[in-house]
Amino acid sequence: MPQRIPASEITAAQIGAAEINAENIGKTFGAFRALNDLSLDIRRGEFLTLLGPSGSGKTTFLMILAGFIAPSEGRLMMNGKDITHVPAEDRSYGMVFQGYALFPHLTVEQNIAFPLKVRRRNSSDIKRRVGAMIERVGLVGHEKKLPAKLSGGQQQRVALARALVFEPSVLLLDEPFSALDKNLRALMQEEVKRLHQETGTTFVFVTHDQSEALALSSRVAIFNHGELLQIGGPQDVYERPASRFVAEFLGEINLLPLKGVIRNGSGATGRFEDRAIILDRATQKIGDEAVAAIRPEHMHLTETPPPADCNAITCCVEGATYLGALTKYHLKTKTGTPIAVSIPTAAASPLNSRTDVWVSWPTREGFLLPAGE
Amino acid sequence: MIAKSSGKLLLLAPLLLFLGLAYVVPFLGIVRWSFTLPEPGIGQYRAVFSDPLVQSVFLRTLRICLVVTAASLLAAYAIAYVWVRGTRLQRMLAEFCILVPFWISVLTRAFGWLALLSNRGLINTWLEAAGITSEPLALARNELGVIIGMTHFLIPFAVFPIASAMRSIDERVLLAARGMGASRSRIFWTVFVPLTSGGLIGAALIVFVFALGFFVTPAILGGGRSVMVAELVYLRIFQSPDWGLGAAISVILVLFIGVLLAMMRRFIKPAHLVG
Repeated sequence: MPQRIPASEITAAQIGAAEINAENIGKTFGAFRALNDLSLDIRRGEFLTLLGPSGSGKTTFLMILAGFIAPSEGRLMMNGKDITHVPAEDRSYGMVFQGYALFPHLTVEQNIAFPLKVRRRNSSDIKRRVGAMIERVGLVGHEKKLPAKLSGGQQQRVALARALVFEPSVLLLDEPFSALDKNLRALMQEEVKRLHQETGTTFVFVTHDQSEALALSSRVAIFNHGELLQIGGPQDVYERPASRFVAEFLGEINLLPLKGVIRNGSGATGRFEDRAIILDRATQKIGDEAVAAIRPEHMHLTETPPPADCNAITCCVEGATYLGALTKYHLKTKTGTPIAVSIPTAAASPLNSRTDVWVSWPTREGFLLPAGE
Repeated sequence: MIAKSSGKLLLLAPLLLFLGLAYVVPFLGIVRWSFTLPEPGIGQYRAVFSDPLVQSVFLRTLRICLVVTAASLLAAYAIAYVWVRGTRLQRMLAEFCILVPFWISVLTRAFGWLALLSNRGLINTWLEAAGITSEPLALARNELGVIIGMTHFLIPFAVFPIASAMRSIDERVLLAARGMGASRSRIFWTVFVPLTSGGLIGAALIVFVFALGFFVTPAILGGGRSVMVAELVYLRIFQSPDWGLGAAISVILVLFIGVLLAMMRRFIKPAHLVG
């Protein structure tokens, strides 16, 4: 049984220490390779998001963490102890399921009390903890209701309360917001973030929504086809993706194929159409050809040539999409490469279709990715 | 809207007509007998409630039906569990055990049990041959035999509503309970069984209602010593010319079953009964 350390006693030295180590985990279902040679450290107190499209292996990994499925290879260590074959009921992690999985025959109160009853806490203790938890998640007044009588957001709160009431050291969340509408989603994201900060519990969160991952996490692990592609802070993975898949999965990106790429200190230069492109960051191993990747929000649109210290290409306006806070312009380069540029609507000036404009961006923005893929 | 619903009524009409002619009209005739034979009045009903023989038959029927219901539910729960949650092979076997009895007539099954349970039946012969007993055990031609035969007949009817309730349990709810540290037996008793309670109540009512009207099985396996209500009605009408009393007993039985069916409608959706 893992020793629970109350949030208040976690020292600075303990935050960031590895709590769970996954070592070379693999999982095969019949002929399907769901996870391949996955190694990953989960740090105490962090908010780690497993992000990827469906079938990428993120949920399989969560289920292995929870103990509901056993890995085909590799081992799982917790605080230095091998827990690969410890069954779910003995791991005592909190878990919030997709669809919440509340007990439909039990009231809100009874649902939240369940894990405490399993642990044979005395009834006054149960009453106190359940009451405190109900207050914390804002369900006062709903104690005696059955889950079917609650809204989606309220059911979500019950699921969170039930998963946290026994103060587990780790909380696993499997796409908990997928059934909620946009506003409620944003609200519950804030709620989960707050609960993470208040409890100091390690959160491992599965989602396929990149904005959710970036908004909530201290680290994001990106999965595809059973492989862990990259792990890092939200800003790291968004601004310095290691592969084209990660770059594109985390948000829209413009890809400019470069020729004659030459390394230049920590950066690189190359040629796109008839213009030289300079990028200050080029951490990737690259050959003569590579792809410059620039986020739409990092680019500017001007009708006159931009300052000389920026990269600039000429494009033709194809159209614009009004997105509320942002306006997105669709453009094409001379050779037909599509370019998207997002501009805050307040700063956007009307541009007619078919006009030629300059698209520019500072050399510090953007990064190089290997060609091909 | 009206045109639509009357169209549907038209589709139902042949069934309604058949039920009306085959059941409702004859039943009204029986109700009339119960108030008119041998003379007009409620004398027959008074007799039902005062005749110690009739009363003892009613009590025995209730007792047998309760025991049969309990035994059927227990067995059906286990079979339904294997049917719904077992391995592929277990599921196939369970399905076989549920369906095969349906294809064999109630009469054949009653005689089959007699061949097994009677004094010179297989079980008693084997027990004596093995030297375990010296006297034949009284397994048939008594209440025990009736209970065994009826339970065997009624188990499949209990399996369907229970299995249907088990199938509608969200697997994640059980996983959630495990994840919270609950042992398998705790999950079974505090989550699984309560979530199938609707199916259990439905199964109990179906089995009980069916059991109340049992005739063939008690007549054969009870050997005339464990007469149940349906057999009593038969005896009153066909063997002693006491049509009025037989009719009154029938009416009481039908009313009782009507009340139970009304209860059943409150507890479960009809769709649950067919699985």
